[in-house]
Amino acid sequence: MTSLLANFRRWQFWLTLIGLIALVIYPNVASSYLISLLTEVFVFAIFAMSLDLLLGYSGLSSFGHAAFFGLGGYILGFVARNWTANMFITLPIVLIGSALGALIIGFFALRTSGLSFLMFTLAASQMFFGIAIKWTAVTGGSDGLSGIPRPTIGVGDTVYRFGTGFQFYFVALIFFLIAFWLMRQLVHSPFGRALIGIKSNEARMKALGYNTWRYKMMAFTLAGVFAGLSGYLFAYFNRHVSPETFYWTTSGQVMIMVIIGGAGSLTGPALGAVLVRLLPSYVSSYTERWHAIMGLVFILFVLFAPQGIIGLLKKVGRVSNSPNEP
Amino acid sequence: MPLDILVIQLLNGLVFSLLLFLMAAGLSLILGLMDVVNLAHGGFYLFGGYIGLTMIRWFGSFWLALLIAPLVAGALGLLLQVWFLRRLQSRHLDQVLFTFGLALIAADMLRWYWGAYVESVPPPPELDGSVLIMGRQFPVYRLSLIFFGAIVGVALMVLLDYTRIGAIVRAGVSDSELVSGLGINIDWVFVGVFVLGTALAALAGVAAGPITNLYPGLDFEILILALVVVVIGGLGTLRGALLGSILVGMTETLGKAFIPEFSLFVIFALMALVLLVRPRGLLGQKEA
Repeated sequence: MTSLLANFRRWQFWLTLIGLIALVIYPNVASSYLISLLTEVFVFAIFAMSLDLLLGYSGLSSFGHAAFFGLGGYILGFVARNWTANMFITLPIVLIGSALGALIIGFFALRTSGLSFLMFTLAASQMFFGIAIKWTAVTGGSDGLSGIPRPTIGVGDTVYRFGTGFQFYFVALIFFLIAFWLMRQLVHSPFGRALIGIKSNEARMKALGYNTWRYKMMAFTLAGVFAGLSGYLFAYFNRHVSPETFYWTTSGQVMIMVIIGGAGSLTGPALGAVLVRLLPSYVSSYTERWHAIMGLVFILFVLFAPQGIIGLLKKVGRVSNSPNEP
Repeated sequence: MPLDILVIQLLNGLVFSLLLFLMAAGLSLILGLMDVVNLAHGGFYLFGGYIGLTMIRWFGSFWLALLIAPLVAGALGLLLQVWFLRRLQSRHLDQVLFTFGLALIAADMLRWYWGAYVESVPPPPELDGSVLIMGRQFPVYRLSLIFFGAIVGVALMVLLDYTRIGAIVRAGVSDSELVSGLGINIDWVFVGVFVLGTALAALAGVAAGPITNLYPGLDFEILILALVVVVIGGLGTLRGALLGSILVGMTETLGKAFIPEFSLFVIFALMALVLLVRPRGLLGQKEA
């Protein structure tokens, strides 16, 4: 008997195709509330996968990934309110802005490793939060920036405006697919393999002649860019950006998505995003204490299933396979 | 700038530095010894403060609160260490993730029970009032906190530097395997340091209550500053924690007084600068 996973791979193409068609049909049959729910899932899936690049592939435990999520949102808010909401202009600005932010933070953060790295990134994101609260003239203080216009695309006078939630759903879907594909290519490339090598044994990679610092810096910057992209979409989606996007609970939430889903698999964190963003809309109608429940579920995974949902699935596949193994 | 304002702000800075030191000392020792960043440390601080507030409301005594809060927090720390953290002993990142989940639960539970509003804590009546310093009013309570912080700090240094237990802990920070190889039960050293650290955090929470008030979010505000202290001072060293506390406490207080928008940024710049010159922290010997 072939394992569940091998079967899955054979049917992967068809599954993907069916999934894509379902995602395109979905907004035509779902209510506007359900459409916005899934839009949010796409945005957070990008965010979670970007953290997975660090946590799961490079072994860099960043506890302040919200820094770049917030940065992307605030840059968009500032540009869109003061200049234009045209994505041809806002997208490059946000990508370059988050890359610069990640380069600067990474330059200092990567002087440390392990737990100091974790503490530094957490502190850095809280500094962004503090600045967002206090520097009212630019960031709008604790109110944030509201009234962000809907995104447009186009050149000159021919401009298309994504004016409804239905239309923005497709924007988010396309960005999600592109980001997923790009990150997948990345982790399967020689560059990604080298990152995995650095994660498991940095000294050996150094001895093999790899400039590990440069690899980690690249990974940190790319993760920052993808996180910035998700923050950018989130700000367009809400038409508002608030200091909470920088707050440790945002970093915490995305960390929970990665760990519950299963670090080092990209699909896992995306699944984690589905779970963490969809569940509260069902659970919180019963209980106010969603954060505590999320924290509890998270702790249970850390204690009993550190490989996450993907790890559990693999285990199931292996168990059903084991009687035939020599 | 007039001299009297500067002196008052320096005194305020000293008060805040010593409170930070109580927080950071535990964090740094736990980190140095067990290789765990206790991200729930801020939760213990706020929990201690709230327990203190409740004790004051129940029994009307600040001193009783100052005694009971660390005991309750310490007991909770003991249970957490023995039941959970010990199970994850060889998985350091999972231990940190565990404390992260704990911090999330703690933040929510504290908000649930004590509410989302700012609660003010009355200082003990014996220390209410103020004295004149260079022609300006300065609260007696803040002044006495400087002495209190100094006494606790000296006691900690004596405990760590001149007692057998202290020697074991210091040895454990540099090489815990070697210590257990000498026939010392390192597990109980871990438990002791963890309990001491959480009790100190709760003590700081009660003592700081009359100055900072208590509100949701304070837990992480103070945790972040304590983390910066540890990164700047170097982990596992009390002297590093003290030096870092004074640097951060002074920068925070003076920054808030003179450039409020960017006080956090200045602290961040300070941390970045230290990392550039000494990645292990000013007095740190050990790589995290």
